[in-house]
Amino acid sequence: MKPAAFTYHDPRTVADAAALLGRLENTKLLAGGQSLGPMLNFRFVMPDHVIDLNRVDGLAGIAITDTSVEIGAMTRQRLLERSPEIARTLPVMAAALRHVGHFQTRNRGTLGGSLCHLDPAAELPGVCALYDAHLAVSGARGERTIPMAGWAQGYMTPDVAADELLSRVTLTRWREPHGHAFLEFARRHGDFAIAGVGCLLALDAGARVTRAAIVLIGVTSAPLRLAAAERLLVGQPVDDSAVAAAVAEIAPHDAIDDAHVSGAYRKRIAGVLLGRALRAAATNARQGHPA
Amino acid sequence: MTDRRRITVTVNGTPHTHEVETRRTLGDFLRRDLGLTGTHLACEHGVCGACTVHLDGEAVRSCILFAVQADGAAVTTVEGLAAADGTLHPVQEAFREHHGLQCGYCTPGMLMSITAFLKDTPMPTEREAREAISGNLCRCTGYQGIVRATLAAAERMRGDR
Repeated sequence: MKPAAFTYHDPRTVADAAALLGRLENTKLLAGGQSLGPMLNFRFVMPDHVIDLNRVDGLAGIAITDTSVEIGAMTRQRLLERSPEIARTLPVMAAALRHVGHFQTRNRGTLGGSLCHLDPAAELPGVCALYDAHLAVSGARGERTIPMAGWAQGYMTPDVAADELLSRVTLTRWREPHGHAFLEFARRHGDFAIAGVGCLLALDAGARVTRAAIVLIGVTSAPLRLAAAERLLVGQPVDDSAVAAAVAEIAPHDAIDDAHVSGAYRKRIAGVLLGRALRAAATNARQGHPA
Repeated sequence: MTDRRRITVTVNGTPHTHEVETRRTLGDFLRRDLGLTGTHLACEHGVCGACTVHLDGEAVRSCILFAVQADGAAVTTVEGLAAADGTLHPVQEAFREHHGLQCGYCTPGMLMSITAFLKDTPMPTEREAREAISGNLCRCTGYQGIVRATLAAAERMRGDR
């Protein structure tokens, strides 16, 4: 046996799952299992109870309104990747999903699992940051909603208590025509990125930026919205000087240093990717991508 | 005290009912409980792809899925690819023709990934074929033969050869 012994629970409702979380000690929620599975096999985590969410009703699905896209936490990455509705309403999510692991892991991996695992290099939390998502968390005390800006409390630490579970994510659509880009650099396809950049850009008739959203992944301990660069870009054409000014906003942030990649190198890669992403998104916007 | 469950999994068309420990992975269930040793386990943490099987028609890694999660589902393993009379699946045939295997360790996972991929992408480009096997590690054949076999199998399955 690879994992240490645990007791397995497969509740059918969110209320039952929340009740188990409230009653049991040392629990782990099992979503797609593409990160938890390896952690269990390595015995990095040794929960006494595994609560499998795969048979809980009502946690998967996509609901689209004029202003938002609501996605159930247990919605598989592969379903999002194959959805023409997601490609139409959240085009940068569709672009980002191509970088998430491999199709074999996307068949199991979920949006909510990625948000709760919160690896700094994970693409989907970055996408949720770009679209100013709100996350609904359920527990015995009821439901609360957390803006994505407050979701990461630190390295791999989401704002969810031991007796709560993420139930759904609401992303805010951009209604104006805009362009998008999602680029990352990894040593091998499917590896966690050394750095990645997602961006959304709306342009006016003179190709000046009217609205920008930029996120960096893999650089800091959690996805980073580059708000200062977004503000600088508004009113500017996406030219060399605007790109250089945006890239300069990466420098003040503390990047992750590890045995393989220094923080300085991550920031250098992120800067190159940001320049490419801004130009690609501007080109995409000029080609009139529909909202 | 061990936590056990009685599960029924349909493997290659045959239902199997077993009592398993809940921490048993699907890969171990297939190999140890059912004796289907065609599915290979290598890294056992979801990286190498050797253990790939189809769960309700979709390629998944059986080393990071628990057998209990497959209760009520249909699983296809490499043993289920060839016809009952032993006629190889076109992807298996193409592996033989194009030197898609050498030691054979990664082969079952490669075959299960590629058969799932070709259902979705019947006319793959070489780049798409390479991306499809990027989650399956081979340490000896060197991928060239595997990519050639994938493209040849696609052509044959479309019937334009």
